[in-house]
Amino acid sequence: MIHFVLLISRQGKVRLTKWYSPYSQKERTKVIRELGGEILSRGPKLCNFVDWRGLKVVYKRYASLYFCMCIDQDDNELEVLEIIHHFVEILDRYFGSVCELDLIFNFHKAYYILDELLLAGELQESSKKTIARLIAAQDSLVETAKEQASSISNIIAQATK
Amino acid sequence: MGSQGGFYQSKEFLDLVKSIGEARSKAEEDRIVLGEIETLKRRISDPDIPKFKMKEYIIRLVYVEMLGHDASFGYIHAVKMTHDDSLLVKRTGYLAVTLFLNEDHDLIILIVNTIQKDLKSDNYLVVCAALNAVCRLINEETIPAVLPQVVELLAHPKEAVRKKAIMALHRFYQKSPSSVSHLVSNFRKRLCDNDPGVMGATLCPLFELITIDVSSYKDLVISFVSILKQVAERRLPKAYDYHQMPAPFIQIKLLKILALLGSGDKQASENMYTVVGDIFRKCDSSSNIGNAVLYECICCVSSIYPNPKLLESAADAISRFLKSDSHNLKYMGIDALGRLIKISPEIAEQHQLAVIDCLEDPDDTLKRKTFELLYKMTKSTNVEVIVDRMIDYMISINDNHYKTEIASRCVELAEQFAPSNQWFILTMNKVFEHAGDLVNIKVAHNLMRLIAEGFGEDDDTADSQLRSSAVDSYLHILGEPKLPSVFLQVICWVLGEYGTADGKYSASLVTGKLCDVAEAYSNDETVKAYAVTALMKIYAFEIAAGRKVDMLPECQSLMEEFLASHSTDLQQRAYELQAVIGLDAHAVESIMPSDASCEDIEVDKALSFLNGYIQDSIEKGAQPYIPESERSGMLNISKFRNQDHHEASSHGLRFEAYELPKQTVQSKIPPASLASTELVPVPEPVYVRESYPTTTVSSASSDAGSTELKLRLDGVQKKWGRQTHSPATSTSSSTSQKTVNGATQVDGSNTSNSRTRETYDSRKQQVEITPEKQKLAASLFGGSSKTEKKPATGHKISKSSSHMVEKSHVPKSSMEVASEKKVPFQQPPDLLDFGEPTVQSNAPSVDPFKELEDLLEPTTQVASAENHGSTAAATKSPDIMGLYKETPAGIHNKDDSDILSGLSNPPVTNMLGGTTKTQVAQSSKGRRPNLKDSLQKDTLVRQMGVTPSSLNPILFKDLLG
Repeated sequence: MIHFVLLISRQGKVRLTKWYSPYSQKERTKVIRELGGEILSRGPKLCNFVDWRGLKVVYKRYASLYFCMCIDQDDNELEVLEIIHHFVEILDRYFGSVCELDLIFNFHKAYYILDELLLAGELQESSKKTIARLIAAQDSLVETAKEQASSISNIIAQATK
Repeated sequence: MGSQGGFYQSKEFLDLVKSIGEARSKAEEDRIVLGEIETLKRRISDPDIPKFKMKEYIIRLVYVEMLGHDASFGYIHAVKMTHDDSLLVKRTGYLAVTLFLNEDHDLIILIVNTIQKDLKSDNYLVVCAALNAVCRLINEETIPAVLPQVVELLAHPKEAVRKKAIMALHRFYQKSPSSVSHLVSNFRKRLCDNDPGVMGATLCPLFELITIDVSSYKDLVISFVSILKQVAERRLPKAYDYHQMPAPFIQIKLLKILALLGSGDKQASENMYTVVGDIFRKCDSSSNIGNAVLYECICCVSSIYPNPKLLESAADAISRFLKSDSHNLKYMGIDALGRLIKISPEIAEQHQLAVIDCLEDPDDTLKRKTFELLYKMTKSTNVEVIVDRMIDYMISINDNHYKTEIASRCVELAEQFAPSNQWFILTMNKVFEHAGDLVNIKVAHNLMRLIAEGFGEDDDTADSQLRSSAVDSYLHILGEPKLPSVFLQVICWVLGEYGTADGKYSASLVTGKLCDVAEAYSNDETVKAYAVTALMKIYAFEIAAGRKVDMLPECQSLMEEFLASHSTDLQQRAYELQAVIGLDAHAVESIMPSDASCEDIEVDKALSFLNGYIQDSIEKGAQPYIPESERSGMLNISKFRNQDHHEASSHGLRFEAYELPKQTVQSKIPPASLASTELVPVPEPVYVRESYPTTTVSSASSDAGSTELKLRLDGVQKKWGRQTHSPATSTSSSTSQKTVNGATQVDGSNTSNSRTRETYDSRKQQVEITPEKQKLAASLFGGSSKTEKKPATGHKISKSSSHMVEKSHVPKSSMEVASEKKVPFQQPPDLLDFGEPTVQSNAPSVDPFKELEDLLEPTTQVASAENHGSTAAATKSPDIMGLYKETPAGIHNKDDSDILSGLSNPPVTNMLGGTTKTQVAQSSKGRRPNLKDSLQKDTLVRQMGVTPSSLNPILFKDLLG
């Protein structure tokens, strides 16, 4: 099973964290610090896997972002690598050539997508189309409710004032 | 879908994110976040904030917490949001609570009611949101509250709901198997769901159930096989394809399940052969996902009842993995090899070079995996090379977690396969020296036991050789500075027990060394205690041998120091030493027989030999012993059990014991030893005793009133302890003195009593370990090694017989096997020799990341791109690289099959953040739509005032680029 998902930027900034096993806030900070240090310092030619406290962390770098997933000792690393890629492809489809900024400002959407992909630490859906459909259904509800929310043009107007 | 990529948050939030993005130090970031927390605290408690504002605040809270700060003040508001009617708000509330709360949080109880309501909602999106929360938040206690609804949802018309309900039920099963055990049949039913997503999700709980209980799912073998067959034949909807593979994630799950079901079951396995063989053939080994499925096939083949044809395919796949340039594939290859050698050990031989290559690799992950493989391959023929390698690596790393693991593996291998005593001792020395503080104390005890008991029962000379080589090396090693405590304990014990046994070293030399140890490690009381006891033993052996004992001056000063030590344990040991030195040779020999640490001690628990003495005392007017049960009325005595009182009172009383004149001790001991000689040998199971110093302290202990001590307060000690405590203290001073005397004696016997029990325990453990190890051996090396892997005590035999066994076991191919084995293993240096050429062959490996990085550098861009092209063309590696290259192209323009164009695209789009238009022009056919998206995003963000900071200029870069 997947114990947690981390997205860390190359500067070590946290972009997204999702914990499927119980970790206290203190442990979380420690995990992020430890793993961030270990993964960011790894050379480019090495394996995408790291041994970590008896578990394994599979990571993959996309542009400036590291996607990490922590799994059990007997899980299939290559498969997890592909789950990461699967996630990135879904993000890419949703945001339209996703970049780190998308995830910074819309991290909650990334969470919603992740919730459709993984549940309770297991891969729940492997079809991109199904996930896209579900997210779209949720978003369409959001669209109708959005009148009160400030629209993008408002933001721009404010920003350029 | 680009339109969804906008940024809908308020200016405030954007500013926050921006400023954090631009923070130059962690301190600055913290300052900003703390400011934000203050703002949020103020705003969030305002009762009339509009919902959409509240929603934003909660998201900002999530952000704050994600950065590692405490946002607990807002949890309750997140919980409140889940109660909202609007799905939009509710969804945010659920997201926040699932991120904030662990399942044991107090607030959960406030959410359960909402979840119950939402599970009944007729809007399936509400139900989905609630089910997400169920998976994360429901704990063992609250399962019953939602269980009926979740079960109902298994039949929901929407497949998304059914899928999540399955996952929720699986989670419940993990948390509390008993609460859902009557519902597991639902998983079987859902396996036939007509939605592939639901079926795929069902495989997760089924896998777990089958792991626990294989036998009750054997009937599903046919179903699983037919599902796998359909999947492999692309019968599932196209949507489940992933990189041209039909539903690979489902295939992997199914293969895992089949591996479990077919394990050791010939009949079940036979059903699987065809489909697994098909998958082997169909797998596209040029893509990463194809290799993931291949790897799973290998795992399956090595788990089910062996089939020669499949094993062959697996071996082929493994050699492809190992020959690949990708570290990931090598890693998987090594892992797969480790699985397959259980069935066909000969396969390892052809991959010698690749394995050595991985062992030499600078990549730690790969190296560790290789050590794991070597660990599995270890035999008595190759143990020296492997363990030496492991130790070298162990010395080189800092990761304590792994250091501990590899140290214990070294010890295990050394104990099992040691070719000679000399080697064994040296190896253990190295392990202790470099990882001593990480090694389990049991390992040290094992080592002492091994040295004491020897390897072979019938071969005394070998044992004494082992001991003297241990003494030799320990005396030598003591010169090193800073040895780990555990190791010093072993050294002290061995020197004490055998330091002078072979007459090679004089007592003064050994005692001098021991004194040095006690002085050099003066803040380690355990080591000092071991050292004092060792001194006592050496002096005792000297006395017993009739030699005159001259205590070294430094030893004398050390003793003086210990006699006044704050540690009662040390004090007692020092006094014991003093007492022993004052005795005559005959008495000493019976207390401290040499090399008797393995003898059995018979203990007369009832202390019948003291009957006469008691009789005497009673005649002289002493009060008879009253068992505790008959004395319940006496408050102060029942309080005796209480730690504090015990400490206070015993301290006062026992203090007298030390002031006894020496002669009385002398005069008292002989009768005791006469009464039952087998009781006396104090040093018998010394290592056990020393590991629990408190046990020996019983008479002297004031502060050692630990539970251990208490546990050992049975019959005997109470008898005497009580008497001194009880009102009987009013008896004449001479009697009380005698009783006190008695107490010291009895304490002596009592401790030996408890010690013997411990030895029994440790013996029992030994017996337990042995079959375990044998089982492990059998499972690791198949039948032939059964005889080879012997329990720790049987080295001699295993070593001598292993060769013969091997040969006799494989008579048909004995020639091959023998020769193969000789080449790699019998000459240890060969391993090293192999290493050199292969390192070179490793050189031209290419890494996609590295190349992408190169491409990103504006200056070298063109050159490296060309470079890249040429390498790609030159190597034409059909492996993982292809995947990396193809993914961008594959997703965004499927018809673009040209690898090179796929390669040259990313750098171009990457440069968007800052630079030139020429590149845009150059950038071509490939990713134009994305390019437009990115440009739009770029302008949008810039309009909002967000610019990629100098710290991170590539925020705009496509992740998939």
